[in-house]
Order: sequence, then C-alpha cells, then structure tokens
Amino acid sequence: MTDLIAIGTRKGLWLARSDDDRRTWTLDGPHLLAQEVAAVSIDARRPQPRVLAGIQYGHWGPTVMWSDDLGASWQETDHGAIRFPEDTGAALARVWQLRPDSAARPDVVWAGCEPHSLWRSEDGGATFELVRGLWDHPHRPTWEPGGGGAAIHTVLPDPATERVVVAMSAGGVYVSEDGGGRWEPRNRGISAGFLPEEPEYGQCVHKIAVDAGDPERMYAQNHGGVFRTDDGGRKWTSIAGGLPADFGFPIVSSPRTAGTAWVIPLVADMQRVPPEGRLRVQRTRDAGETWTASTAGLPDGAWTSVLRDAFCADDADPTGVYLGTRDGCVYASADEGETFTTVAEHLPDVLTVRAARIP
Amino acid sequence: MQVVLPGVLADLAGGRRELDVDPGGATLADLLDTLAGQHPLLGRRIRDEAGQLRRFVNVYVDGDDVRYEQGLATALRDGTQVHVLPSIAGG
Repeated sequence: MTDLIAIGTRKGLWLARSDDDRRTWTLDGPHLLAQEVAAVSIDARRPQPRVLAGIQYGHWGPTVMWSDDLGASWQETDHGAIRFPEDTGAALARVWQLRPDSAARPDVVWAGCEPHSLWRSEDGGATFELVRGLWDHPHRPTWEPGGGGAAIHTVLPDPATERVVVAMSAGGVYVSEDGGGRWEPRNRGISAGFLPEEPEYGQCVHKIAVDAGDPERMYAQNHGGVFRTDDGGRKWTSIAGGLPADFGFPIVSSPRTAGTAWVIPLVADMQRVPPEGRLRVQRTRDAGETWTASTAGLPDGAWTSVLRDAFCADDADPTGVYLGTRDGCVYASADEGETFTTVAEHLPDVLTVRAARIP
Repeated sequence: MQVVLPGVLADLAGGRRELDVDPGGATLADLLDTLAGQHPLLGRRIRDEAGQLRRFVNVYVDGDDVRYEQGLATALRDGTQVHVLPSIAGG
C-alpha cells in the first residue's frame, strides 16, 4: 500500500508518496505547471485511483482534468466537464470542490463551483450536470461572494441516505434530503458579525465537516465562530470556547472516531495569522467541549495561514492529518494530529491538500 | 482566413500555430464557432461557455484589438488574419 498526498497550489500540483506508513515522503512534481489547482481529490473507489483536479489557467480559463496514472498523463473532456447550460447565461469561473460520493455510488462525483453552483457527475468526473434544485433556489440571487469569491466550497453527500449538505461563502449551509431536488438553509444559531441581525442565511461559513459517529452532528468553522449542530444543522451552538481564536478557514473531522475534529485558528478579523506566530492544530475529542493544541513538528515564528481546503484527514488507522500553508509548506501527522513531519517546503501557496491510501 | 495561435495553444490545434479556417460567416464569432467545432478544447481556451472572450485573451483582426472594434461582431474580409494572444496577466 502507498499513502498519497495531492497538493494543489497556485502554480501546479505536487504528489507526495509514502511507502513506510506515512513516516517519510517523496515529492513528485510539478504537474500541471503554472495552473492554479484550487480543487483536487483522490478517488480511490476506482480500480486505478483517479486524481481529479479543478484547475484555472491564468489566461485560458477553468476546467476539470483527471489522471488515472498518478499524474503521468492528464485528460479533459473536449467540451468541458463543467459547462453552464445556455439558458443560465452563466460561465464557470472556478472549481472549488471535487468530492467523490460513497463506494455504493462509485461513479458519482460532486463539484462545488463559482459562481455559486453545485454539479453532479455520474461518470467519475468526466462530465457534470448542474443541480437545478439549488441553482433555481429563490435565495440564490441574494447570495453574496465571500472574500475569495461566490463559491460553493463544501459538498458533503451522506453515504447512507439521499442527504447532501453544501456550504458557501457567503450564503451559509444548505441541506437537501432528496439528493439535490429541494434545499433549505440551516444556519440557526450561527452569528454573522457583518450583518445587523442573525439571518436565516447569508452567513460566511468557511468549512463544515460531518462527525464520524452521527450524520446529524456537524462542525462548522465560520468567519468568526466555531459551531456544532446535533440535529442536521437545524440548530447550531458555539464550540469556540477554549480555542485561542474563533477565526480560521478549515475544519476537519475524523472519518473513524466520533467526536474528534481539528481546526487551525487564526487571529482575526483583519490579521489572519496564527496566534503569536505559532502554527498549531487544535484537536477536540469531545465534539468541541474541550480543545488541545498540537505544535510538535509545526513551525514557530510562522506568520502564514492555512486555507479552507488545505487541511484534511485520511481514512487509515490511526488517522493521518495533513495541512498545507500559504507559504508553501506541507505537514503530515500519522498519529491523529499529535505530531507532524515536514512533507514539502517552498512550494507555491498551497490551496488544497487531499490524502488517501491506494493500492 | 488565417488564425495565428500562441505556442502554448498549438498542441490543441494539432501542433500548428497557423491555421487556415473557412469562417463559415462574416464575423469573428462565426470564425471562432467554426474553429471551436474543429478544435473544441482550443475553442474553450479562447471563449467561455456563454461565448464571451476570456478576460485575459486578446484577439486581433488584421492587427486591431477587437475590444476596440466590434468585439465578436467584428467583420472579416477576404484574407483577414486573426491573432490570438495572451494578455498581460499573471504573477
């Protein structure tokens, strides 16, 4: 078995491999040089693992490419994998998220994009269809762009049901219980400091994650606040107590241990640097009641930040945790975020990191 | 008509930087439609799916930037030469 990390940066994609249970890593790249890779996924459900990349050429626009030989060659669909229907008058600006569905739906891949749109593929990511139920939602014209753009940046299909959860900046969390047909906002309890009242929707959620033990339990890292829901998003409560800062971009949950999640706090609102310049991962084992800091192997004097998709977990045992920084460093933990080793340094700014164990 | 491509797009047109294209109409849009029909990937690099020129792609018809002419409606003449160039962008 090999452990693989896909590292999407502002100027290309790197792959890192470990054949000794995530102790040492070999870096391979750049692939897709000079292209911004804002979304990447490793689809390990296929006989040959597929690396899917949402890329953006500076001049030539966005597209989705894939490699079935771990980066040796890349393919894309002639007419574009993600292509707005003519009647929408819209054009794809950026792919923010590529999310393979469950093993039981082996060819289904979801994409979250800018402008705010959700897409579903039934052919492993070669072509996608716009999810009209969300595109036609009456709220859509009032969704605002976050600082990074008008993006659906989180897509969470529930493997056991037809539930799909999405999060967007700045529209908040929306949930469909019928596979994408009907959608409702679920943001109660989440404040929005940039708005005068707590709204039904419009919150600037940065990332959400589902608990391993209970699909009704989710965690949210917002623009100013860390929250948990225990009822599928109908009510959220703050779990930011005990954190050195309530701002940050990513939040990651354990794929195998209930109650376990990680965040990387940044001092906010304007600074957006690690507290005291000390890059740290905060872990909870009790669904956000308490947090402990992990700093071993992470740099001191680090005034960088970690973006919303540059933090992830693998599904090995024990869980691996991975993060990439805007100053081009990647760190890996093989012990559930206790200690970290350096995978890469001096890459372009890291936009996304994904990891998987492959044959 | 002759279409001149930057080197970075040549692979999408069979490795050629200069293409002879029958525009199938009188405007730049007609020419680009024909080109996209022959080379869909090339077409997507130049225009988005709504048909608009990408922001950092410049197209010149006989040396004139079409943004200061009639855009995609710019008329073609016999022997027109169309240049596709990356704009100044990046970093």
